[in-house]
Amino acid sequence: MNSPNKHKRTVTTLLLGCVLMFGFGFALVPLYDVFCRVTGLNGKVELVPVHPDKLGQVDKTRQVKLQLVAVNNETMPWRFKPEKSIVELSPGEMYQTAYIARNLTSGFMIAQAVPSVSPSEAAPFLNKINCFCFERQPLLAMEEKTMPLVLSVDPELPEHIHTITLSYTLFDITPENEQVAALGGGSLR
Amino acid sequence: MNSTLAATHHHGPASGIGRWLFTTNHKDIGTLYLWFSFVMFLTGGCMALLIRAELFQPGLQLIQPDFFNQMTTMHGLIMVFGAVMPAFVGLANWMVPMMVGAPDMALPRMNNWSFWILPFAFSMMLFTLFMEGGAPNFGWTFYAPLSTTYAPPSVTFFIFAVHMMGISSIMGAINIIATILNLRAPGMTMMKLPLFVWTWLITAFLLIAVMPVLAGVVTMMLMDIHFGTSFFNAAGGGDPVLFQHVFWFFGHPEVYIMILPAFGIVSEIIPTFARKRLFGYASMVYATASIAVLSFVVWAHHMFTVGLPLAGELFFMFATMLIAVPTGVKVFNWIATMFRGSMTFETPMLFALAFVVLFTIGGFSGLMLAIAPVDFQYHDTYFVVAHFHYVLVPGAVFAIMAGAYYWLPKWCGNYYNETMGKVHFWCSFIGVNITFFPMHFIGLAGMPRRIPDYALQFADFNAVATVGAFIFGFSQLIFLYNVISCIRKGKQASAEVWEGSHGLEWTLPSPAPYHSFSEPPQVK
Repeated sequence: MNSPNKHKRTVTTLLLGCVLMFGFGFALVPLYDVFCRVTGLNGKVELVPVHPDKLGQVDKTRQVKLQLVAVNNETMPWRFKPEKSIVELSPGEMYQTAYIARNLTSGFMIAQAVPSVSPSEAAPFLNKINCFCFERQPLLAMEEKTMPLVLSVDPELPEHIHTITLSYTLFDITPENEQVAALGGGSLR
Repeated sequence: MNSTLAATHHHGPASGIGRWLFTTNHKDIGTLYLWFSFVMFLTGGCMALLIRAELFQPGLQLIQPDFFNQMTTMHGLIMVFGAVMPAFVGLANWMVPMMVGAPDMALPRMNNWSFWILPFAFSMMLFTLFMEGGAPNFGWTFYAPLSTTYAPPSVTFFIFAVHMMGISSIMGAINIIATILNLRAPGMTMMKLPLFVWTWLITAFLLIAVMPVLAGVVTMMLMDIHFGTSFFNAAGGGDPVLFQHVFWFFGHPEVYIMILPAFGIVSEIIPTFARKRLFGYASMVYATASIAVLSFVVWAHHMFTVGLPLAGELFFMFATMLIAVPTGVKVFNWIATMFRGSMTFETPMLFALAFVVLFTIGGFSGLMLAIAPVDFQYHDTYFVVAHFHYVLVPGAVFAIMAGAYYWLPKWCGNYYNETMGKVHFWCSFIGVNITFFPMHFIGLAGMPRRIPDYALQFADFNAVATVGAFIFGFSQLIFLYNVISCIRKGKQASAEVWEGSHGLEWTLPSPAPYHSFSEPPQVK
């Protein structure tokens, strides 16, 4: 029995384990994302438009209450609110509404809205035909804009869901788009 | 010829400060760890007393809210990483080689290093108190974005301090695993290992698995703060909830890291003073291993209120409740060990018995918290504070004290003062319960944790808790005095020390010689 060699093997294996676990900590970042996407947990919504032909038969027998929420992230200085905050609609019905944004600063800014649905179980049943969240939203100083939202609730929505909350969080992405911002948004408009 | 003779006969410790700085002896390093953890215990304890003093009455009397938050943060970090964990490593350093019949730890130089990183890590963390913007004030769980976007500038020092503690723990764990796996005396099979060694082996594997994840999460924070990444920043496509997932993936196994060695200590002490062999040795080993495995799949029970999907809540609720099964096996075995034993109640046994009773209370409040729907009410209240203090103070800390009293005669060759030990026990026992039991009530009534001021309805129980905290805090000075006087003088201890003691460490004379088991003992 040669104990220094045995120690070397043990230590190498354990150090390797440490390195792997350090990597695993970072691997958790994409893993959680993949997990949420695959299972549809966490209310993550696909940012792709649904074609109006793909909507199912209108189900007039029931009504779903849709709550529209607007949230400003951290220091986002815009005024941001839904045109109507509570609407009633039938599954399958195409519904058009809008969010209103106003840039309250004296400079050009670019924003991005990110949606979230609660309960998360309802997320796959909320079809967006057109949404301002599909694009970046540039606004000049003090400019106001009505941003359209066209959506429909899938008739396959489970019976026990009567209320769906759709929340948009508005992020300031001007710093990430500095070149566009420097041009006063010319290329975007 | 003469010089070789002198070299081979030089068995004692070096003299002066060099003995402690350069030592590679497991007993010296164990001593260093234990003293370090005691200093940290008093430091974190002073912070706790400041917190309790502020909470004695409603309103702000002594400290400002921001400093209050710094105190809760530092108290938690110091007690977890500075007091409880190093104390267990210290006990492992002293006892594991003697229990498995090894001459020393497997990697003695690394052992020295893993200790000496700690004083630097904690000095760095404590010095943030004097920095501009103050020390970290985001709670010991350092949730993003409190610890990233809204953190004081000193957070960077906190991050590096955590890195250093992690490196120290990982090296300690590697050393313990290598010692247990490679240096057992002939005949010492795995299923003959004392339970303290078994629990530490499993704990060391937990450390190897989760300390790198902690290092990963603080590295992500560092990158978010200084290098413009957005791991936890929603504006850049990250997710603050991700922080909680990664943190608790470390954090839940961490709470077992702080309790499994305590199970081991208690499993050594109870058989000795019940004068019976431990009941259900194999089931103890398997129960410990299953607790460790389960600890990896329950982390989100700390996050029931972040908006988990129903399926997630149910999974984590049932998985958490499942942990009660192996824990119940352990409590059953301790009680069965005592059943019809001829028990005596020396100080280590008193602490071990208090551990069994009070840890079980903490376990039950843990079961209550595991129920997802009621956790929505309990979350972030003093009920949670009561729960984890019950498992950590009369749980982990009492077990460490039980272990210290139990092995002290083996370490110094003298018995401690038994009367003083008993006084210390009763003051601690009464103090702990006066402090933490009322917290269950104010928590259920709705008092949130981590606040410097509170509604008037909570005033009475808070005043009671503060009185208890001061009783508990100051009674630790009795322990300090008792240990120091035991080192200096006391009744000479025999090799067995305790009448019912059993195991290799009790075959060595007391005090244990500086170099023990240079020739491996035969275990039958």
